Amino acid sequence: MELGLDVEEQDGTTVLAVRGEVDVYTAPRLREKLVELVSQGKYKIVVNLEGVDFLDSTGLGVLVGGLKRLRSHDGDLTLVCTQPRILKVFEITGLTKVFAIHDTVEAAVAG
Amino acid sequence: MSIEPVIELEIPARAEYVGLVRLVVSSLASGRRALAEERIDDLKLAVSEACTNAIEAHHDVDADERVLVRCAEADDRLVVSIRDKGPGFDPDSLPEHPPVTDPDRLNFERGLGIPLIRTLVDEVSFDSSSAGTSVRLVMFCEPVSFDDEIDLTLDDLAEPDLG
Repeated sequence: MELGLDVEEQDGTTVLAVRGEVDVYTAPRLREKLVELVSQGKYKIVVNLEGVDFLDSTGLGVLVGGLKRLRSHDGDLTLVCTQPRILKVFEITGLTKVFAIHDTVEAAVAG
Repeated sequence: MSIEPVIELEIPARAEYVGLVRLVVSSLASGRRALAEERIDDLKLAVSEACTNAIEAHHDVDADERVLVRCAEADDRLVVSIRDKGPGFDPDSLPEHPPVTDPDRLNFERGLGIPLIRTLVDEVSFDSSSAGTSVRLVMFCEPVSFDDEIDLTLDDLAEPDLG
């Protein structure tokens, strides 16, 4: 199972585009990538979930951990997601109140 | 109503196999026209959470033990059971997370799986002891009647008028 992780810079913000399925097998790679970005001093990160087909609680945990890590550096981690099946996981767990979730990368970068 | 076993899948207790279980369960559920796509997604997520817990439960015991996934269906329901041989747990005494508005919430990266399962499926039961845990997930389906299946008039069946 492949997990795509593509990084690009946009107006001083790091955009991490995730593709594929985020579960107990692949989530450690997402965690490693976020840790790597923070260690490079990237403290404003947008995680684009538009290419994600599946996300479970392991993936949510990694995103919560990433947000915590960035906040400790006065940074932020925001999300891009419009897919109902992925948004539902955030809604059920109440994490829509924890993460800023945008419709587009442009809105997230401007946010 | 009798429930027919459909598929039994035994997987090594390793993370890379959870995707395979999702694939099998969602393929099976897709074959039932009465289970809407959104509910197939719900079942897929619940199964994934239960398998993840089963695999993690094996970390503390023999890694060679396997996880058994059993799917069964009746006219009105689809049942997926996930059984591990981990040390067991009490599903009614899970630690609660702080409210999402509390900054301490960010200290909790785990523990969302079972609340998600409880929300996503129609019925869930846990049978856990020191010999292992069995999680039973049930999704109810609308039975498909013949009236629903075919809704054609004689005009639909007539030879096209080629003029």
